[in-house]
Amino acid sequence: MSALLKNQAEHLVVVGNGMAGVSFVEQLLKHGRPFDITIIGDETHVNYNRILLSSVLAGEKEFDDIVLNDIDWYQRNGIRTRLGLRVQEIDPVLKSLRTSDGDWIEYDRLVLATGSSALIPPIKGTDKAGVFVFRSLDDTRHLIELSGKEIRVAVIGGGLLGLEAARGLQMRGCHVTVVHLADSLMERQLDPQGGMYLRRKIESLGIKVLCGKSTEKILGDTHAEGLQFTDGEQLGANLVVIAAGIRPNADVAKRAGLRVNRGIVVNDFLETSEQDIYAVGECTEHDGQTFGLVAPLMEQAKVLAANLAGDRTRGFLGAAPAAKLKIAGVDVFSAGDFSDGPHHECVRYDDPSLGVYKKLVLRDGVLQGVILVGDLSDENRYMDWLRSGKDLKAERRYLLAPPPAEDGGFDIAAMPESETICGCLGVTKGEIISAIHEHGLATLAQVKDRTRASSGCGSCAGKCESLLRAVSPEFKEDQVKVVCSCLPYSQEQLREIIRGQQIKSTQDVLEIYGNGIGCEICKPALSYLVDVVWSGAHVEDRSARFINDRVHANIQNDGTFSVVPRMRGGVTTAAELRKIADVADKYNVRMVKVTGSQRIDLLGIKKADLPKVWEELGMPSGQAYTKGVRMVKTCVGEEFCRFGVQDAISTGVELERRLENLFTPHKTKLAVVGCPRNCAEATVKDIGLVGQDGSWQVVVGGAAGKGVRKADLLITVDTTEQALEAAEVFFQYYRENGVYLERTYDFVERLGIEKVRRETVYAPEEVKQGLLERLRKAKERSTDAWLERDNPRASQFVQIQPMEKMQ
Amino acid sequence: MTATAQKWMRITPQENIPLREGRSVSIDGTEIAIFNLGDRFVAMENRCPHRGGPLADGIVSATGDSVTVTCPLHSWRLSVDGGHVVKPSGQEASCVRTYPVRVDNGVVTICMGREEGEHSAAA
Repeated sequence: MSALLKNQAEHLVVVGNGMAGVSFVEQLLKHGRPFDITIIGDETHVNYNRILLSSVLAGEKEFDDIVLNDIDWYQRNGIRTRLGLRVQEIDPVLKSLRTSDGDWIEYDRLVLATGSSALIPPIKGTDKAGVFVFRSLDDTRHLIELSGKEIRVAVIGGGLLGLEAARGLQMRGCHVTVVHLADSLMERQLDPQGGMYLRRKIESLGIKVLCGKSTEKILGDTHAEGLQFTDGEQLGANLVVIAAGIRPNADVAKRAGLRVNRGIVVNDFLETSEQDIYAVGECTEHDGQTFGLVAPLMEQAKVLAANLAGDRTRGFLGAAPAAKLKIAGVDVFSAGDFSDGPHHECVRYDDPSLGVYKKLVLRDGVLQGVILVGDLSDENRYMDWLRSGKDLKAERRYLLAPPPAEDGGFDIAAMPESETICGCLGVTKGEIISAIHEHGLATLAQVKDRTRASSGCGSCAGKCESLLRAVSPEFKEDQVKVVCSCLPYSQEQLREIIRGQQIKSTQDVLEIYGNGIGCEICKPALSYLVDVVWSGAHVEDRSARFINDRVHANIQNDGTFSVVPRMRGGVTTAAELRKIADVADKYNVRMVKVTGSQRIDLLGIKKADLPKVWEELGMPSGQAYTKGVRMVKTCVGEEFCRFGVQDAISTGVELERRLENLFTPHKTKLAVVGCPRNCAEATVKDIGLVGQDGSWQVVVGGAAGKGVRKADLLITVDTTEQALEAAEVFFQYYRENGVYLERTYDFVERLGIEKVRRETVYAPEEVKQGLLERLRKAKERSTDAWLERDNPRASQFVQIQPMEKMQ
Repeated sequence: MTATAQKWMRITPQENIPLREGRSVSIDGTEIAIFNLGDRFVAMENRCPHRGGPLADGIVSATGDSVTVTCPLHSWRLSVDGGHVVKPSGQEASCVRTYPVRVDNGVVTICMGREEGEHSAAA
């Protein structure tokens, strides 16, 4: 923007640096009308995704992960920021406002995006130390600092925010009780039956729930010690979180003489009662309604941006209330009006043992409201029906489950272009398609960056990807690929073929479905697939294996091999070291090298010597040559370390024993550490166990190779056995769903950690047991590959001696 | 060995070379890789023209219409019939020497002499 233009541009001041205010500015920039923009914010941070604070609290995300606009964005767009300031006074006549540092700032146009604050119910003692609200990043940071194993937490409020706070603190090891005034959880979004399903799920996570409890006061002298209820009962707690609702921040507007009821009153174009003053977001009241969820606010931001750019063709029409709980494994969605009435028809699906509850309320064949617990697969279909007011008479048979699609899967093509894909940011299918075409987008990250779709709660990422796959030509080439030209099928299809046609050998697949010969790309992949599909009960065909897997050692650039014996948990003995030294001497090992995996590598061994080397070492194969379980790296843990809080060594050795000798889509490296200092770098391993005081964090998808990626938190559990089991469940899930040659960090990124969680540790018990059972079978059939020394295949290791000599 | 000499040598019983795998044999200082393709056996110098990788340790592969063997070091593919490099493209001039093979009474037998029209070994 040139200086001249800038001087001519109107000064637009936005009060509020949160999601609504900044989203409005983003939309305005798209219109291209030049404004000189100042954003005033009372938090000192750049704009972040407030919806995901619960994920930060739960340790699933870091602050950096939820930043929506980094400081660069403000600079790039020439936006002036005044952070850490509140607006004290607005003078609509002089068109200026005073900030908390005493400055007067003049504006041509003023947008109030002041948001909301936590509603503090009339309870005595809320000013005591140890009482918090859960609203901002700073609140979240305080809660994280104070949380811990011995902390007893009372969360006042069993609504969306209260439950998310409860789960987050519980994942940090706290003992949490949710105290709710109403008789059923989330009573504004769920009917009593839905509330009961939710309560059961929350309790099954280990969170206590007290309903119908009115808190009279917070006990304790200066610091909170517990709650006193009106029925005389008490609850001990050293941390109290108030999450009883929100209240629009409208005080400064009220003082300035703007019309304010519960929130700042706005019309369909987000104009307030004063000329040139607008409001957007949770501070507003439109048609008697206030807002607490992100989707309608994004819609408001768009309408207001259009208005300021001179386009008043589209007004804000209000929004059907919709809410979704963001707790892994607890799927809750509610939208519209679900109250029973004389003319209301109710369609229900109610399966307590599956934990699935669906309720649809219709009036004259039109959907009025919907409640979903335990299965959200139809959420967008219902939202679309709610928005469009579609006559559902023709759909009656398919209200609770969609009609079976032709191809049996989700059909993105059948979705109308006007349908919203990202409910959080209000992005439609049509908008994503035009962005893909216009900017040549090819990856989900680019779609996210350009359209903001899936940058809210992230649950629509799968749909964005399906759309990308359908629309972007590059994506098609890039991602949906067949294994190689020998075999024109994707790995997913091949798994189906192997399972469905009961094929147990690589060569049979190649002869029936491929060119009969194969190559070094498809044969190892098929070898892996038949092994996993049949849990090790396949027909092994060594000719389809890479040389490393034929002779169980890693081929080097001179045709010799390297030998890495298994040294579970990186623990060895003096006797083992002596044997290693003897072997190194006897076979003229070129180099003895300590690896990055806490093991010892003997380099430069001739193929013919391998069986003798293994025998003399007397140690099992370390699988260092294959796509399989490499090692479990450990720190010394509480057995020796003065900081250790968990037994990293014995846990690591046990984990290695449980998984060793199995194959995976790519190599799998693991680590176990006895405290969060993370000396064995568990957070950059495929699977890591991070010991905490009294609990374990199980993390997956970490990498420190070509790229560096911090592992995602899979789950936090109390006992070592639970941690081992969570690792096993994820391990088998990766084996069954990973694409051959896909490391866990690509795998987790491709699926999204939420989906991985949902389908592993938070999956229904029978699903988890199925994974563990198949892992157990495969493990039973696996052996130490080096035992083949006793019974080698024909000339497996030795060179052929000609029957006659040259003369 | 003279350029015109033809000498068929009995190498090993065919069961010593498993189906679709290769094995190496050293004859008079030359390492030769022999492959069992199921319907026939083939033999070639056991040294990839790229970086000298042991072809006998490679995977038997199909490249278009030709049967190839893929070097275990850097995945160059060589035709088992002509001995020339099929992949990467542009390396067709590089090749290894191939040897005629037949099975006599269950014994893999290689012809060690030069035959007319045969490719010469890469330098």
